[in-house]
Amino acid sequence: MAAHAKNHDYHLVDPSPWPFVGSVSAFVMAVGGIYWMRADVPWPFLIGLAGVLYTMFAWWSDVIKESHAGDHTPVVQLHHRYGMILFIASEVMFFVAWFWAYFDAFFYYDEVQQIGRVAATGGHWPPTGVELFDPWHLPIFNTLLLLTSGMTVTWAHHAILEDDRQGLKWGLILTCILGAIFTVVQAIEYAQAGFSFSGNIYGATFFMATGFHGFHVLVGTIFLLVCLFRALNGHFTPKQHLGFEFAAWYWHFVDVVWLFLFAAVYVWGSWGIAVGH
Amino acid sequence: MATATADHDAHANPTGWKRYVYSTNHKDIGTMYLIFAIVAGIIGGALSGFMRWELAEPGIQIFPGLASMVYGHEWQSAAAIDAGKHMYNVFTTAHGLIMVFFVVMPALIGGYSNWFVPLMIGAPDMAFPRMNNISFWLLPPAFILLLMSMFFEGPPGGMGTGGGWTVYPPLSTTGQPGPAMDFAILSLHIAGASSILGAINFITTIFNMRAPGMTLHKMPLFPWAILVTAFLLLLSLPVLAGAITMLLTDRNFGTTFFTPDGGGDPILFQHLFWFFGHPEVYIMILPGFGVVSHIVATFSKKPVFGYLAMVYAMVAIGFVGFIVWAHHMYTTGISLDTQRYFVFATMVIAVPTGVKIFSWIATMWGGSLSFRPPMQWAIGFIFLFTVGGVTGVVLANAGADRSLHDTYYVVAHFHYVLSLGAVFSIFAAWYYWYPKMFGHMYSETLATVHFWVMFVGVNLIFFPQHFLGLNGMPRRYIDYPEAFAWWNQVSSWGYAVTLVAVLVFLYTIVDAIMKKRPAGDNPWGEGATTLEWTLPSPPPFHQFETLPKIK
Repeated sequence: MAAHAKNHDYHLVDPSPWPFVGSVSAFVMAVGGIYWMRADVPWPFLIGLAGVLYTMFAWWSDVIKESHAGDHTPVVQLHHRYGMILFIASEVMFFVAWFWAYFDAFFYYDEVQQIGRVAATGGHWPPTGVELFDPWHLPIFNTLLLLTSGMTVTWAHHAILEDDRQGLKWGLILTCILGAIFTVVQAIEYAQAGFSFSGNIYGATFFMATGFHGFHVLVGTIFLLVCLFRALNGHFTPKQHLGFEFAAWYWHFVDVVWLFLFAAVYVWGSWGIAVGH
Repeated sequence: MATATADHDAHANPTGWKRYVYSTNHKDIGTMYLIFAIVAGIIGGALSGFMRWELAEPGIQIFPGLASMVYGHEWQSAAAIDAGKHMYNVFTTAHGLIMVFFVVMPALIGGYSNWFVPLMIGAPDMAFPRMNNISFWLLPPAFILLLMSMFFEGPPGGMGTGGGWTVYPPLSTTGQPGPAMDFAILSLHIAGASSILGAINFITTIFNMRAPGMTLHKMPLFPWAILVTAFLLLLSLPVLAGAITMLLTDRNFGTTFFTPDGGGDPILFQHLFWFFGHPEVYIMILPGFGVVSHIVATFSKKPVFGYLAMVYAMVAIGFVGFIVWAHHMYTTGISLDTQRYFVFATMVIAVPTGVKIFSWIATMWGGSLSFRPPMQWAIGFIFLFTVGGVTGVVLANAGADRSLHDTYYVVAHFHYVLSLGAVFSIFAAWYYWYPKMFGHMYSETLATVHFWVMFVGVNLIFFPQHFLGLNGMPRRYIDYPEAFAWWNQVSSWGYAVTLVAVLVFLYTIVDAIMKKRPAGDNPWGEGATTLEWTLPSPPPFHQFETLPKIK
């Protein structure tokens, strides 16, 4: 990068079409989403989604190329770390909204001045017509699964620090498999739910909170798969493997959100209540 | 990478449309933000012009005709009158959303912060120059979605969404089942994503890219203001995203988050909304605090009084701003103890705000003052913001709010802090930094005329609204009784005066571009001490190739 007459280590990024392409795709996706919801026509949304996904692919491919070209000096890597931490902080606040909605229903299901709500919930928890999950059945299994995956991803991390490519590979493979099993188990659980997404507050808060968590598991799994693919292609060194580290951070974040969901929604929400499987 | 050298030289100074559409340059992106904000400001301001025109006299005058023209209702039919009433609410809603998300935030955060945070901390660019560009380019799609919403069905038989910028359910769910509301919701999603990415970028830039020797306690107040603002954005916007996602599923997928019939709680939305909404009002004003501090110091030829107190006052305002949200909800049936807490916490904010006001005055005290245009706007800001702040203390009382809630007193209050406070800081920054950004000077006479006409105009608009509110005139209505006629008419004449001021503003730009008076590196003299004044006007495409050292 000697061509820049610059005497600093910052990365002055070359002009790029992806922000504009991504924005146009997001617009198509938004309008398409309304079309899908209103007119049952899915393809404009799907075109927009494809555009967004392509933007992500192309953009991050460029980032990897720049990394290999040596643009990611120590200070630039520090930027990336800050960026990822702040992104995760904003994600935490996103989940605050879902927990807020859940606790609003959980704590105030019988608040007297909310006449309509009390009529709907029956003034008791769980609300009328809702059969809760047994937290010590599939949910605890999934909890252990995610905790184990947190361990395997840490194994992969230590392996890359030791330059143990096999350990990195198998740690990542195992983590991805555990993540995939989690998603499958969650799907099985959803299929057995004693309540639905629509029409009742419990289902709304339950499916929205666990559903957005599930979506994040999916994203995290893809993130780890990308890292696996990159590892197999010889990317990452013991000194520089930010892509992997961020996937691991993200995975731990998803893990911790699950622990809060498990504790608050599954265990506390069903404490002392007869539950089905 | 064999051709890297040649490629880089070719890319060094991109030209034509690609320079902007593909931009990774904080100054070009800042300029795009400013142009966007001016365009959106003209649209948002035009909407309020129709509202003031309608409210100039009691009775329903112009909106039925407007609805007939835009939506094709039969002239002066009953349908046209109904459509006109709804259209008034649509204009109120769109005016609020546009001014908040597409004018004040893009101007202060996107525009000036992009331009001047890197310059003032001695950085060559932002930390994430490419992400910076998507922060900007997400805004036009969001804005277009919001404008599109005005042309789709909202309530049965009506066009657009008229539920106010707060989009409370049930008016935003079962009350307006048409797709217009979905457009508005997704517009907010996209604008929010843009702001979150911007916030990440600013925090990273400010923490990691300060020039060698510039510790946080030596950093100028404008970057400090943006640092606090960015944290507020980062932590509050995702909660709004969650809330409006729940609106979306309540509307389209049968969930009952806000529907009591299914065990939901409409007040939950207000909590979530104001947990975002209250930090949001500080998001709009904190950058202005930063701007005004620099201008007051520059034109007093003194360093700002109480620098550290100014810094931590902003940090305190940002922090307390997160725990006062329910003062927007005194009348929703929250418990008395909850109200007592929120009254107290809200009034606490007056303390750090007072620190700032008095420090600005103390900066001027004994200074060598010159009242050039930026200083006029800054002093105007201090005066108007103080008026808005004092009425805010009045409204913080849950008891007083019982009678003032949703009246024009509230409208007057938040317009004094925003359209007079924040907007005056935008103009102050415009006249302060215009020579630096574009390399030439505007006519200071015209800028002074702009200031005085606007100052008279906006006070004429909004001061009488205090009287209307105290007398019980509710907000968001197209019509009112005779008793409110006089001050409404004064208010509408104030709009006419302000319109003249806006025309003077636009003419000032045209005049400046035509005459191209050279500005020089530092047109303000020895009082202007921050790093941007050490650079040429306009600064080179990439500044600080060698980082400046701070003693």
